[in-house]
Amino acid sequence: MDMILLSAIVHAILVASTPLVFAGLGALIQERAGVLNLGIEGLMIVGALAGFVVALSGQPLLVSVLAAAMAGALLASLFGFLVLRCLANPIASGLALTLFGLGLSALAGAQYVGLSAPQVAVWHIPLLSNIPFVGKAFFSHDPLVYGSILAATVVWWFLMRSRPGLVLRAVGENHDSAHALGFSVRGIRFLAILAGGGLAGIGGAYLTLIQTPLFVEGMTAGRGWIALALVVFASWRPFRVIAGAYLFGCVTIVQLHSQAFGVSIPSQILSMLPYLATILVLVFISWRSKGKGSVGPSSLGKTFKISH
Amino acid sequence: MIHFESRAEICWFHEWIVVAVALALTGLTCAVLLSVFGFDPFVSLERIVIKPLSSTYGVSELLAKATPLITIGVALSLSFRAGIWNIGAEGQLIAGGLAGGAVALAFYGVDSFWVLPLTLLGGSLGGLVWGAIPAFLKVRFNVNEILVSLMLTYVALLLLSVMVHGPLRDPDGYNFPESRLFHDAAILPKLFSAGRGHVGFIFSLLFAVGATWVVKRWHLGFEMKVSGLSQRAACFAGYDRNQTIWISLLVGGALSGFAGVVEVTGTIGQLVPNISPSYGFTAIIVAFLARLHPLAVVPAGLLVALSYLAGESAQLALGIPGAATQIFQGMLLFFLLGTSLLVNYRIRFRRRL
Repeated sequence: MDMILLSAIVHAILVASTPLVFAGLGALIQERAGVLNLGIEGLMIVGALAGFVVALSGQPLLVSVLAAAMAGALLASLFGFLVLRCLANPIASGLALTLFGLGLSALAGAQYVGLSAPQVAVWHIPLLSNIPFVGKAFFSHDPLVYGSILAATVVWWFLMRSRPGLVLRAVGENHDSAHALGFSVRGIRFLAILAGGGLAGIGGAYLTLIQTPLFVEGMTAGRGWIALALVVFASWRPFRVIAGAYLFGCVTIVQLHSQAFGVSIPSQILSMLPYLATILVLVFISWRSKGKGSVGPSSLGKTFKISH
Repeated sequence: MIHFESRAEICWFHEWIVVAVALALTGLTCAVLLSVFGFDPFVSLERIVIKPLSSTYGVSELLAKATPLITIGVALSLSFRAGIWNIGAEGQLIAGGLAGGAVALAFYGVDSFWVLPLTLLGGSLGGLVWGAIPAFLKVRFNVNEILVSLMLTYVALLLLSVMVHGPLRDPDGYNFPESRLFHDAAILPKLFSAGRGHVGFIFSLLFAVGATWVVKRWHLGFEMKVSGLSQRAACFAGYDRNQTIWISLLVGGALSGFAGVVEVTGTIGQLVPNISPSYGFTAIIVAFLARLHPLAVVPAGLLVALSYLAGESAQLALGIPGAATQIFQGMLLFFLLGTSLLVNYRIRFRRRL
């Protein structure tokens, strides 16, 4: 295969993976605080619509992305209220969030179907983008691809190198101890939910602003669920989320271009690959961690209530 | 300051009053939303709820929609009680519909009484296999059943698509991705002369009664409940957690598969790429609306089926997009979850010390 095609494919893989990186980081930061949010899919699609609508009104990319993040955070705050304040079942609440988000975006977005978002300028990194192959594959992207790497770095630094991040992880590991130490478990979890909702919203906006760039009902097509699986795949580490997302992007692109590679399997079979790969990875990490106690934050998905 | 205090005992009266409050809040919000969009709520209610229900056709359609919701809702109420989060009932439904449909097509033209039972059995087995995968992985490798059952939903949908585009496609169908119409011997009898309501509904009622019996009278039902409330307590009592996992997911798979095969042989009559408007996911709302009581799943299923029906007539009569149904269902679940706090806790007002 010639190098130009290969570099174009690597370029496409990065584009296909970026929404998963953002959404995966959004799920990760919540899970590190002990919140299992099954509503990522709903948050993504609401962010996708919000970003798209703002971009159509002629706003620059940054404003559209911020709008998507705010829409995601706003919807996520509803989840936070239910789970933290009403002590509702987090699994059902997340599911309600997904249903509601999908319905809301379909209803509100019906009038925007068929329109397309303005083209986003590509940032060629000086010098580096002139390198043959590598330049086109890695250094000639839209700002959000670089932004996703930056976001992972920031999330990593915050969780692993800063004191508030340490507190957040403490809340996720053992909320009773964190409470006893005087930290506000609910406050910290609420902030984590807001941040996670914002990141998921950006992930969704990447689809409507850059990847397609259109809005279609239900266009997230299960990416929110893959993001949740990614976090497990990444064993709750930000940089591994990137690696996992690129692996998934790889499978998606291979499936899209299977005909170019001369594969004659029905496209649906190849479309199954990301889902089957997720299951295999889940089996692998669960098998590897057997005997070492639980995988992931110890208080994940447990309801916290003040007992006195 | 508002303060929540755990109730020592959960009172059945509180449970249902809370459901009524949630329903009232959802109805109120819908009325407000309709007024905002410029529709008179009372006239709309008459046109999208009362009118469709005042004909045999409408009632028949309601029962057709309620059948999969009740069948799956019963299975999920058992499973959720046991703390097994089978989120992939939709996939098990599709697998059941596909397997049952394949059996029906394999015996196409055979005009015997055993074709229909064999088809139903095939469908249930298809769902059972789909439910057995997360069960096996959870028991053997401790893999999270939420993610596995959900991923398998997408796999089932794609598998159905492959089959109706390829091997099971109607040979005389001008390349449309549909199977041929099932032979009469593989079609479930209708309940009424009008509409698509079929005898699958009777089965769903039987499942609800059977599950209630298991929950109330069998030791197994008690073991599963304890296992769901506290795994440690169940462990000390010597209850087998793996048995609970297997039963929850196998029953969930088989019943969802049954709902799928009943849907294709009763309501649709052939295999198409989309056999379910998310019945498997909506059944989760049904189970919560019923507060995980299998018998209460029946009215809950009918009510949620009504939301599908009302959504369709709203689309026709008022021109409201079909997605409004999803919003209504999401909102109902939000209110149910938000207010369920009041079942387990009592609110006390007291001054901050």
